[in-house]
Amino acid sequence: MPERASSAFARWRRRPELWLLLVILIVGTIFSVTARGFLTLPNIIDLLETYSVQAIIAMGLFVVLVSGGIDISFAATASVAQYCAALLAARAGLPAPVVIVAGLTVGAALGCLNAALIHYLRITSIIATISMMSITFSLLMYFSGGRSIYDLPDWWTTRVTFYRTELESGDIVRITLPIVVMAAVALITWVLMTRASVGRQIYAMGGNPEAARRVGAKIGLLTFFAYGYLGVLAALGGMLQAHRVGESVPNAMVNTELAVLSAAVLGGASLNGGAGTVPGVLLGIVLLAILQNGLNLLGVSSYFFQIVIGITILVSTSITVISSRRGRRHRILGEEPANG
Amino acid sequence: MADLSDREGAGLLRFFRGLPGGHLGLLALLAALLLLFAVLVPGFLSQGTLNSFMYQLPLLGLLSLAMVVPLLTGGLNLAIIATMNQCALLMVWIMRTFIAPDASSAAVIGVIAIALVAGLLLCIAIGVVTGALVAYTGVHPILVTLGTKSLIDGISIYLTRGMALSGVPEPLSATLNASVLGVPLIFLLLVGAAIALGIVLKHTPFGIACAMIGSNIEATRYSAIDTRRVLVGVYTLSSVTCFLAALVILGTFNSASADYAQSYLLVTILAAVLGGVDPFGGFGTVSGLMIALAILQVISSGLNQFGLSTYLTVAIWGGTLIAVVVAQTLWAVLAPRWRRK
Repeated sequence: MPERASSAFARWRRRPELWLLLVILIVGTIFSVTARGFLTLPNIIDLLETYSVQAIIAMGLFVVLVSGGIDISFAATASVAQYCAALLAARAGLPAPVVIVAGLTVGAALGCLNAALIHYLRITSIIATISMMSITFSLLMYFSGGRSIYDLPDWWTTRVTFYRTELESGDIVRITLPIVVMAAVALITWVLMTRASVGRQIYAMGGNPEAARRVGAKIGLLTFFAYGYLGVLAALGGMLQAHRVGESVPNAMVNTELAVLSAAVLGGASLNGGAGTVPGVLLGIVLLAILQNGLNLLGVSSYFFQIVIGITILVSTSITVISSRRGRRHRILGEEPANG
Repeated sequence: MADLSDREGAGLLRFFRGLPGGHLGLLALLAALLLLFAVLVPGFLSQGTLNSFMYQLPLLGLLSLAMVVPLLTGGLNLAIIATMNQCALLMVWIMRTFIAPDASSAAVIGVIAIALVAGLLLCIAIGVVTGALVAYTGVHPILVTLGTKSLIDGISIYLTRGMALSGVPEPLSATLNASVLGVPLIFLLLVGAAIALGIVLKHTPFGIACAMIGSNIEATRYSAIDTRRVLVGVYTLSSVTCFLAALVILGTFNSASADYAQSYLLVTILAAVLGGVDPFGGFGTVSGLMIALAILQVISSGLNQFGLSTYLTVAIWGGTLIAVVVAQTLWAVLAPRWRRK
């Protein structure tokens, strides 16, 4: 038994998730001792809701990263889908299901456009998505004139609570729609990537596209799936963001690209493709969330937060790469690959 | 015989590519755009347009140069704008703190010199640290520079609380806004930097090592080139170019802030790729980049004088890039077929 335990440990030691979990536990312990109100249920639920939109979009970005590509345009996609849906709801007065489906369709279409540029025209994914970001976001700003839509219908802005309880301290805890959607999206993405053939093919394609093609994976379809999935999730995230703040602001989501990318990468998704797990990406977001929240509660200036993010990215990516480099030298045959 | 003429053709093609004006497609596009705007916008081909062209291009141009050097090695430097802003902030802070209102002109010039040296040293330090992180940890440059960008921006914002610092002393701002024979000094700065970088990248062992790293870093390492030292040099060079961009910021804005020019970050990548720089590294020239910058600036000036929104300009920039890449892809597929006929 001890032997099995030690081999299990050896297997886990090289997984970035374990290191991330350790760091989260250490940081969490420090904050729960030093910052009052950090380890309370209301605070944790609040955090979950605040970061739900980022987590949903990060799930989509994770799929694209696994496929070996990168997408910078998701924030623009989310804004465009959100604004189109808001226009349909507020100006045309369409019912909820039509608006939601239309928003998701806009997201999927923009994602597929990215995939078409990348697959058929062979444009590098980072270049294609930067161009698409410039085009879609600029057109949105041009046609909207930068005007926000404040008169969203009630069905969109009313808070949906699935579970509500009052603690002894008198604080009210609500499990709201964004949290439930985030959990559902994470679960669906995990099932798709680990239990469905399309997910396994995407891992294969990210590892080596030519090998995957010869084994019989349809690279074109997989590309469309990955970018389309991110497009749909970006649109979903965009509409949920409008749900949370109660208005649609065209440039509310810009400059979140690099934050979402950091979260995905912290969780072990590699820019070279073929690696990463859903729990890892979620842990990456949790780490960024508790760092920001803990520092806030400690009264550290919010201006300081960006410095902490920078250091976290540098340290964690360096540790991951260096530890995996050491692991590669002593790789044991039959070892489980790091993408389960 | 056919084989021989093919090889001659390839040699001729390579000869033309080597010339500064060898980017025939891009030059044709530039000429077509100039012609289009000259017809559509009355008074487009005027001294005023040329002047605004020469005043607006240097900032984007220098930043693109700072981006091209790492791009050539297959990397990226997302921290260029953060570096530039922090350097500008440091210089302005030194100048407004240490120049007393009644200081003599010699003292003022002394402090300006100290500020410039401090700014340059800061950029070199940032470049060396970034380069060392890229070279010695083996982490993807996008991630390293994402981290350093966040760190540098964070420090700048933390120290300034997001405010702009103004107070560039008169001698410096007058120098930076001066012109020589009708050409603005900052435009000459861009031209000088472009020529210098072009020579370094094309005709020195360092530049050739950069292109080799971009093609195949392992092969370069096996050819007895210290790739790590070259990479440190690459990011240092990129940061030093940011110092020049910081000077342009001081000249045009007369102040410094942590969030100037942030929207240029991705545009510099667009400009580089439009200019024929391979985003995977290994290939690209400074002359191609300069023509691409001229194209972007002509589109921007033309649309501006046509009375269209600046938002539309960025959209058309993105569209131009996609169109050019599509044209290149089609050309690569179709050209051999035509030649065979």
